[in-house]
Amino acid sequence: MKQGVFEILSNTPLTEGVMRMELGGDTSAITAPGQFVNIKLDGLFLRRPISVCDWDAQKIVILYKVVGKGTEQMRHMKKGEKLDVLTGLGNGYDLTKAGDSPMLLGGGVGVPPLYRLAKDLLAAGKRVSVILGFNTKNEIFYEDEFRALGADVTVTTVDGSYGVKGFVTDAMAEKDYSYFYTCGPEPMLKAIYRAAKTSGQFSFEERMGCGFGACMGCSCKTVTGNKRICKEGPVLTKEDIIWEK
Amino acid sequence: MGEVNTKVTLCGIELDNPVIPASGTFGYGYEFAELYDINCLGTFSFKGTTKDPRFGNPTPRIAECTAGMINAVGLQNPGVDKVISEELPRLAQCFRKPVMANVSGFSVEDYAYTCERLDKEKQVGWLEVNVSCPNVHGGGMSFGTSPEAAAEVTAAVKKVTTKPVIIKLSPNVTDIVSIAKACEAAGADGISLINTMLGMRIDLRTRRPVIANTMGGFSGAAIFPVALRMVYQVARAVKIPVVGMGGVSTAEDVIEMMLAGATAVEVGAANLIDPFASQKIVTDLPAVMEKYKINSLNEIIGGVK
Repeated sequence: MKQGVFEILSNTPLTEGVMRMELGGDTSAITAPGQFVNIKLDGLFLRRPISVCDWDAQKIVILYKVVGKGTEQMRHMKKGEKLDVLTGLGNGYDLTKAGDSPMLLGGGVGVPPLYRLAKDLLAAGKRVSVILGFNTKNEIFYEDEFRALGADVTVTTVDGSYGVKGFVTDAMAEKDYSYFYTCGPEPMLKAIYRAAKTSGQFSFEERMGCGFGACMGCSCKTVTGNKRICKEGPVLTKEDIIWEK
Repeated sequence: MGEVNTKVTLCGIELDNPVIPASGTFGYGYEFAELYDINCLGTFSFKGTTKDPRFGNPTPRIAECTAGMINAVGLQNPGVDKVISEELPRLAQCFRKPVMANVSGFSVEDYAYTCERLDKEKQVGWLEVNVSCPNVHGGGMSFGTSPEAAAEVTAAVKKVTTKPVIIKLSPNVTDIVSIAKACEAAGADGISLINTMLGMRIDLRTRRPVIANTMGGFSGAAIFPVALRMVYQVARAVKIPVVGMGGVSTAEDVIEMMLAGATAVEVGAANLIDPFASQKIVTDLPAVMEKYKINSLNEIIGGVK
């Protein structure tokens, strides 16, 4: 983990509720797709944890959904403004388990961390299929970006207004895959857990205090003992998960 | 002005400075030792330890508030056996000073047992006995809300330990002074206060409490004035040292707490927002002392006019 001051390079809407922000600064603490950053905002006490969509040596890309006070404040921030950001948080996805043809399943604002994951898996020579699930057509983002990487992309919408009608699991059943990686709302993760034919990795969300393992605010029980979503997570393997709720 | 003196003495043990990360915000130290050399701290109070391992409460355990936060972790810890066999050896690798052992329990016997075990650990300098956790049922705070129960825990712990015993009090009481005095009379070597204030938030979308446990402990900058007032009241009423905490976020807050009567000062929620908060406070102290013409922190304890 590192603490750094980042400069907003851009902050633009992708859909009505989802924004894309580029942050310039020291990204050296980030080691794996699926990690997150924790952002301090003026006037708000707790930092806001947000998954990393992509990064290079000088900048981080985050995609965030405007859902509350913090993200509403972020939406109005301008190029050139500065943010205090903790980087390199969480374990991230383990790419070594992917096999030849991994499948990536993202739901809504769970899509972003899969972008860099897809990029790295493709760079490693894998055949990557991606299923992106949204509620409806005008909520879709990053379909073209995933296609541009060279992934086999399927989009599902719950109302059938675009792509395959239904949930990501409906499209999942149609395809072969060696392994899977997913991020999205918990009901989706549960459905994938039940439907999956292989092992895989799940990225979880939880309300966090610190985001770096100090407060025990985001603990969960797993097969291999208590874990902190912010530290030993957010990515858990299928074999490790105990569904409690 | 020459070099300022930040040293204070807490229950007979000298601290390089009065800054102490509070229990539950600093783990067993090693997470923070990855970020900075934690030997710059006066000491720290490690994660509240109980006789048996505890997972704690269901999540969500955290809620945002104006200038603060609510937590309902519920004393998650690996239990005293593992703390001694695994956590303390790791702690010893990154921290060479006496550490404050924070203990909680669900019966008088629990407290005594865990304190007796930790009292034997070489690196433990003080026992901080938490009779004020608002997040567990049938224990924790229930021992800190009556003078009799707090005194009973104090006496039981004192009987089986040799190191200084500091009783950590809850603000969720009608008269904290009477409880502090009861602990002093029962043999406590120090008092620390305040633990978190019982609080609650409701999610407007779901109309449910944000915290799975409904209520939790409110901490952060917002509670500083309440904490300061209680430190002031207790410090004037007892002869034993008082450790002040509650919303401390800056070196100025440390000095204010000490003027109110605190011998040392714990920093809690601030560590969770800025992992470097305690280190910054230590770094900032000398300059702030010079600004307010303080040569030695020892001289300002209880110095409010």
